[in-house]
Amino acid sequence: MKPIEDIWVYLATTPLLHLTLTLVAYSIGETLYERLGRLPILNPVLLAVIALAGLLIATDTSYAAYFEGAQFVHFLLGPATVALAIPLYRQIERVRKSALPLVAAICAGSTTAIASALVLTWVAGADLPIIATVTPKSATTPVAMAIAEGIGGLPSLTAVMVILTGIVGATLGPPLLSLMRVTDEAARGVALGTASHGIGTARAMAGSDIQGAFSGLAMGLNALATTLLVPLIWLLLS
Amino acid sequence: MLHALTIILLCQLAGEILVAFTGLPFPGPVIGMILLLGIFLVRGSMNAQIERVGGALLSHLSLLFVPAGVGVVTHLAALQADALPLGMALVVPTLLTIAVTGFTMLWLERWRAGQAEPTATDMTGGSDEAD
Repeated sequence: MKPIEDIWVYLATTPLLHLTLTLVAYSIGETLYERLGRLPILNPVLLAVIALAGLLIATDTSYAAYFEGAQFVHFLLGPATVALAIPLYRQIERVRKSALPLVAAICAGSTTAIASALVLTWVAGADLPIIATVTPKSATTPVAMAIAEGIGGLPSLTAVMVILTGIVGATLGPPLLSLMRVTDEAARGVALGTASHGIGTARAMAGSDIQGAFSGLAMGLNALATTLLVPLIWLLLS
Repeated sequence: MLHALTIILLCQLAGEILVAFTGLPFPGPVIGMILLLGIFLVRGSMNAQIERVGGALLSHLSLLFVPAGVGVVTHLAALQADALPLGMALVVPTLLTIAVTGFTMLWLERWRAGQAEPTATDMTGGSDEAD
């Protein structure tokens, strides 16, 4: 008998191990991000995902087994999304004043997201199901999955693409916006929320209350815009 | 704290139920967010407890996406098989969308501020409320 292996086998069957590992990986990611000068590429979500995915592959652990523990963190996404009403209420006057530019910007962004994803995957020679899979990827996960399914995509691959889109937007979006001299908090928030849904909103929340409020609202409105626009564009092209 | 968490969960539950019954193209929690905002607006204020509990949830919002992100491992083969189109779809459209959205918002806000400026200064008599 090897006691270490026994302990491992025991721990691997309880949710505690993977729940703790998720928190540890994220804490390490956040520490690296803070200590190494907040380099955008050291986004804590990106670091934690790479570390945990590597660990699962190395230990031959299934995602289902990992999720047994991680689901407790995952569950909090719902209540946290509801709580986005808090920054929204604090900034309600600001949002009201910007209602028209906000809606116009989201429509422009949503159309750009859909059209560019569609055209690029088509140019790159992807099959129709793959094109359908990536087209709605800027919308938040459940909405994007439903849209992809509706036009013949692969919903579970859509979920992965949505998450990766969020990570790309949250990681490269803020430096891009700074490069373009978009310093206005509302504009930054709307851009992050429209292009990269909740993960972008999480990044925006870390920026400021105004960014978070606009980003959360943009995420919600882009879910609606994407739902309306994707089937329409799909129909026009086919 | 329990009270605040209950209200937040009730909003989410109501949102999920509403989506299930009406087929609205929103996730349940987004409807929940709108419901909670509605409660704040009707009451004209925000409960301090909800603000604290919600603030705690939001302070580590990024962390909450990690479990879903690790789901990438379930599709490594598919990601590799279509690496070029998927990779292209990931980076270029996302950055393009951020640029277009950010600029559109910025320009429209500036345009509107330019339009409103003469009347705004007349009406408020030089109040320096940020615009």
